[in-house]
Amino acid sequence: MNILYDERVDGALPDVDKNALLQALRTRVPELEILHQQEELKPYECDGLSAYRTTPLLVVLPRHLDEVQGVLRVCHERRVPVVARGAGTGLSGGALPLDKGVLLVMARFNNILHIDPAARIARVQPGVRNLAISQAAAPFGLYYAPDPSSQIACSIGGNVAENAGGVHCLKYGLTVHNVLKVDILTVEGEHLSLGSHALDSPGFDLLALFTGSEGLLGVITEVTVKLLPKPQTARVLLAAFDSVEKAGRAVGDIIAAGIIPGGLEMMDNLAIRAAEDFIHAGYPVDAEAILLCELDGVEADVADDCERVRQVLQQAGAIELRQAKDEAERVRFWAGRKNAFPAVGRLSPDYYCMDGTIPRRELPGVLHAIAELSDEYGLRVANVFHAGDGNMHPLILFDANQPGELDRAEALGGKILELCVKVGGSITGEHGVGREKINQMCAQFNSDELTLFHAIKAAFDPGGLLNPGKNIPTLHRCAEFGALHVHAGQLPFPELERF
Amino acid sequence: MADEGDFDDSATLLEQVNQALENATPLRIQGSNSKAFLGRTTAGEILDTRSHRGIVSYDPTELVITARCGTPLAELREVLAAARQMLPCEPPSFGDATVGGMIACGLSGPRRPWSGSVRDFVLGTRVISGHGKLLRFGGEVMKNVAGYDLSRLMAGSYGCLGVITEVSLKVLPVPRQCLSISLEMDSERALLLLAQWGQQPLPISAACHDGERLHLRLEGGEGSVAAAHERVGGERLDASYWSDLNEQRLAFFDEDQPLWRLSLPNNTPRLSLPGRQLIDWGGAQRWLKSDAQAAFIRQVVGEVGGHVSCFSHGLSDTPFEPLAPALLRYHRSLKQQLDPRGIFNPGRLYAEL
Repeated sequence: MNILYDERVDGALPDVDKNALLQALRTRVPELEILHQQEELKPYECDGLSAYRTTPLLVVLPRHLDEVQGVLRVCHERRVPVVARGAGTGLSGGALPLDKGVLLVMARFNNILHIDPAARIARVQPGVRNLAISQAAAPFGLYYAPDPSSQIACSIGGNVAENAGGVHCLKYGLTVHNVLKVDILTVEGEHLSLGSHALDSPGFDLLALFTGSEGLLGVITEVTVKLLPKPQTARVLLAAFDSVEKAGRAVGDIIAAGIIPGGLEMMDNLAIRAAEDFIHAGYPVDAEAILLCELDGVEADVADDCERVRQVLQQAGAIELRQAKDEAERVRFWAGRKNAFPAVGRLSPDYYCMDGTIPRRELPGVLHAIAELSDEYGLRVANVFHAGDGNMHPLILFDANQPGELDRAEALGGKILELCVKVGGSITGEHGVGREKINQMCAQFNSDELTLFHAIKAAFDPGGLLNPGKNIPTLHRCAEFGALHVHAGQLPFPELERF
Repeated sequence: MADEGDFDDSATLLEQVNQALENATPLRIQGSNSKAFLGRTTAGEILDTRSHRGIVSYDPTELVITARCGTPLAELREVLAAARQMLPCEPPSFGDATVGGMIACGLSGPRRPWSGSVRDFVLGTRVISGHGKLLRFGGEVMKNVAGYDLSRLMAGSYGCLGVITEVSLKVLPVPRQCLSISLEMDSERALLLLAQWGQQPLPISAACHDGERLHLRLEGGEGSVAAAHERVGGERLDASYWSDLNEQRLAFFDEDQPLWRLSLPNNTPRLSLPGRQLIDWGGAQRWLKSDAQAAFIRQVVGEVGGHVSCFSHGLSDTPFEPLAPALLRYHRSLKQQLDPRGIFNPGRLYAEL
């Protein structure tokens, strides 16, 4: 299956005269840095989903807001599609360029404009790295909570565009919960401020609408985030189980005990062994599943919670239970989990990372079904799971050099996502739809729902010039793709009873 | 037989919307009408959502509850309390508010600055659209970034973009320990202390200053609450203070003058305005009882980056802060796209929408 832009089902794109566009940009935005030669464009042909590549028509690297505005105006007048990009670490191809479009790189807007510790906010440019915000806030005892695993490299503009998550979402929320205000430029280059430095703002909640809109509604030019006081302490427990079902139930038991851990992660045996082999975190390699449970907050509460969680885990049938005795061990426990992806990558030439979410109670059934699909497609799957919030990352192992294996991996991935939808979950918890999951959107939403999404797009970008082909599939694409797939959880012949 | 406390009446609501679309009749979407005092008066046929009611699903270990729009908020609270859980944003009831109205107006209570707002707890919705379809957005999972976030857009949209028929909300366990205290001090000192405490990991979950005293609520584990109390001091306060504040039953709200809500950056110093003020949300929300002109209040508040809404009905034709022209244009465009026939609460939020 090829997911590159296909004008036949994704909609015709205007033909652009590259030289005329280049000329217009040079005239109208004289200081703008423009890349236009093949060898300069090459490094920008993909984002973090590197299996898919398209060379953009042009790459522009503005340094000033009026340059961004100028680019948008020129492109709007000439009907040229624009794909905005931050650090390019996204995993769903949300910043995959178009060969008939301009790639607008916002990475040079990398200044932290203001940190206000009394107001507990940071005002930053969109190209500022996620981790850089927490580093700048650290002298005040504050930090920015959402921590996607790419936080060392990913930019805040991209975080807002994708509504990025991380391992602490259950307790601290997603990007949408931690942003106060976003400044954008519309497709016409008009400036809008969404949200405010107060906790709410008049009118519709366009801030919520724009967060996670994947660059289809506007270009982010500035972000104000909330900062939180750093938790006094964090402790981590590691529990091993002889079945994934028991580990899954233990997660529910912790919540039922009234405890919301800062992080709650689960790994299955293949992931445990891969991580142990790579990092030597001290994981029990015979366990069918491990849980990592981090409790953070004020010292006295954390000590109480640790004791409670210990009891819960023991009652839930943990075969081994360890508490990191010091900060070094805590970091080591986490290192195994945080390096699970590259660790799994050592087992196989390539791997494909999925991002479905499910209601937690469905975990045992879904893992069982994934194991069956894995056998059916003849590809191994390692499971890493943000267990606290139901976000699973099955990693499909394959070898792209073996003919047909990439296709099989994609097909298996598609099946897993449809399974997530079927049990009441979602095709994407934090990586976004981008280009990668454009077909699976047809399984999660029906044509009336997609029509409403297109109506929203039309309110902000009626010409469809901002990041076309991403996030929301055309009805035409779904008509072609949907015929082959389970739709919205309904099996073919829904009138038949099934047991 | 269906219990009247648990009844799926979405087909009737959908039929009424389709009728209204056919006849181009504006609708006034209404639950218990407990927040009729908010926003502009709208003409139109009443679409009563209360027949569509009941908890659809609730599994405490999933931390998610799904309820139909006509479900009384009080019922939702009771069901959660029985499992020692809560809706952390503490939406007010104003008598007999429904879940649908709670989402549509998006008002949050004293815990808001620490817990997040109503919209922050919305995970998914079912909505009757301006094209006469019953649609589902979001879902019952904590993380879901597929498509645009229609569900959170619905929160606080005052019914102007569609009829919310069902909502899934994230819920949380009730903290193990809760202690309310009050300390005598003036508002300058209270705001100063709150700014300092805000930068430290203290378990504050409500902070209000009434002109003479700072009222605080501490919530968390036994250890953190005891330690914070020791540090901060103060006299014990009955926890009912917070619901009286939230439901606007404090004596402050009884006075005859118009009531204004000021939403401000949390560290805004004391504002000099005629009338009396009550500081809530640790400084980010202030209530003003004042005879001053709307334009004057808006000017003072606008200068510090805040905005104003009028909570006294009929006093102003623009009870909500007017939008900048460009923003208004995109609001109209969005309204036009989602409600092309203009039948959903026309004019409730702004005359132009």
